[in-house]
Amino acid sequence: MNTRAELVSLLRENARYTTVDLARMTGAEEREVESTIEALETEGVIRGYSAVVDWRNTDDEPVRALVECNVTLDRETGYDDIAKRLVGFPEVESLRLVSGEYDFSMTVEADSMGEVSRFVSEKVAPVPEITQTVTHYLMESYKEHGIEFDGDRDDDRLSVSP
Amino acid sequence: MKISERVNQVPPSGIRRFFELAEEMDDVISLGVGEPDFTAPWSAREAAIDSLERGKTSYTANRGMRELREAIAGRAATEYDLDYDPDEEILVTAGASEAIDAAFRAFCDPGDTVAVAQPSYVSYVPGVVFAGGEPLPVPTREADEFRLTAEVLREAGAEEAEALVYCYPNNPTGATMREEHLEPVAAFAREHDLTVLADEIYADLTYDGDHTSIATLPGMRERTVVFNGFSKAYAMTGLRLGYALAPPEAIQAMNRIHQYGMLSAPTTAQYAALDALEHCSDDVQEMRAQYDRRRRFVLSRFAEMGIECFEATGAFYVFPESPWEDAEAFAEALLEECGVAMVPGDVFGAGGEGHLRVSYATGLNELREAMDRIEAFLE
Repeated sequence: MNTRAELVSLLRENARYTTVDLARMTGAEEREVESTIEALETEGVIRGYSAVVDWRNTDDEPVRALVECNVTLDRETGYDDIAKRLVGFPEVESLRLVSGEYDFSMTVEADSMGEVSRFVSEKVAPVPEITQTVTHYLMESYKEHGIEFDGDRDDDRLSVSP
Repeated sequence: MKISERVNQVPPSGIRRFFELAEEMDDVISLGVGEPDFTAPWSAREAAIDSLERGKTSYTANRGMRELREAIAGRAATEYDLDYDPDEEILVTAGASEAIDAAFRAFCDPGDTVAVAQPSYVSYVPGVVFAGGEPLPVPTREADEFRLTAEVLREAGAEEAEALVYCYPNNPTGATMREEHLEPVAAFAREHDLTVLADEIYADLTYDGDHTSIATLPGMRERTVVFNGFSKAYAMTGLRLGYALAPPEAIQAMNRIHQYGMLSAPTTAQYAALDALEHCSDDVQEMRAQYDRRRRFVLSRFAEMGIECFEATGAFYVFPESPWEDAEAFAEALLEECGVAMVPGDVFGAGGEGHLRVSYATGLNELREAMDRIEAFLE
């Protein structure tokens, strides 16, 4: 069994599994689990751990938007240079270079629609290489990081069956 | 109204009582569930929907759709290097249960003995009785890791039986049998001319290597009926689709019963099953990987609690020894005081006494919570 792959898979499923439980599930020693996770973190395979939040159940739901950005490149400026500049903004929650009709897909988070609009128009659009932005406000989340938000299906199986 | 002697002879299932107890309570984590907690692969469900949209709602051939029988034959060839003729040697049924029931009725004359390896799936003994046969319990032993051996067959007097029925990977113990374990059983069957009814419904849920079918052993294909289906590995319990592989005369006999009793297996489910065989092996791998993690988790927690449990390597059950002498009392107390449901082992017949069937077809969070409750209960 490939413990590294198994641990990555389990931590992606639930980053809060304890070392002890991970050892139980993989059949590895606790010490091996600890050192493998440490190695995965050091090598930059695991970059962090975060919670998947269903904001509808909170009182402070942020406004989120998916911003498509088109860019033009020149000899001195590549995608990475533009990305480096964009990831520096705290409002940017995720940034990805994608194939298709636009270049970057960016998730932006702020307290209000106005803040998101101002961020896009005042911080993103003025970046010289950015030629166009299209902003889509996120209206509802149904699934994030593999977790279904309305996925608490009642287990309708018989409680005891043959 | 007069009820037949055969029916009166069979008591209600022991599982029923625990089901009723569990149903009366709130906040029960059930480890008594004998079916996957996953949903059938989307591709198979889509195939079922598509078949309905195209109006494929007629009967199929009694033996099942030919393309499904071909796909089943293909699987037997790929997995076990066994050649079965889709026209003569395969019967598609409404769940493996129907195939097993048809086999009992096809092979039993009144008074014929059928050896039943136990602990076992709860339907074998009643099935034999309903067919007019005499079930002969063959208790397996924990010392043998609940494997069937020639010795226990001899001890039970199985040489007098006409047929032997067993299930490996096993419900309820989670035991598996590899080739070296099956060979002496096969030798016993050959020596005493037993028909072997091999329930391999959990074959794809084997965690210690590949599953071995007894039909692959020398001289066994001609005396074995293999049962399989889509309920467990493909999480398709409600679609009720199973099948039997056997020599032509056996399939012919079973089909005679099936064609009058059932006519044909549900058409929609047959389309789902065909798709499952063709496209869903990755889903099966993924579900098996998840079961395997849960299996290790549960075994490890029981070991830490000091509860004896041999290492189950198949299906989705473990079969620990009861911490109390009276397993039924323990299961009842656990259910009433901690809201954790598991099934006492004696429900599954001889050899199961003093044990509990624990199903890990339940999410890890629930399993962890259940194990924490059991641990707290024992302290």
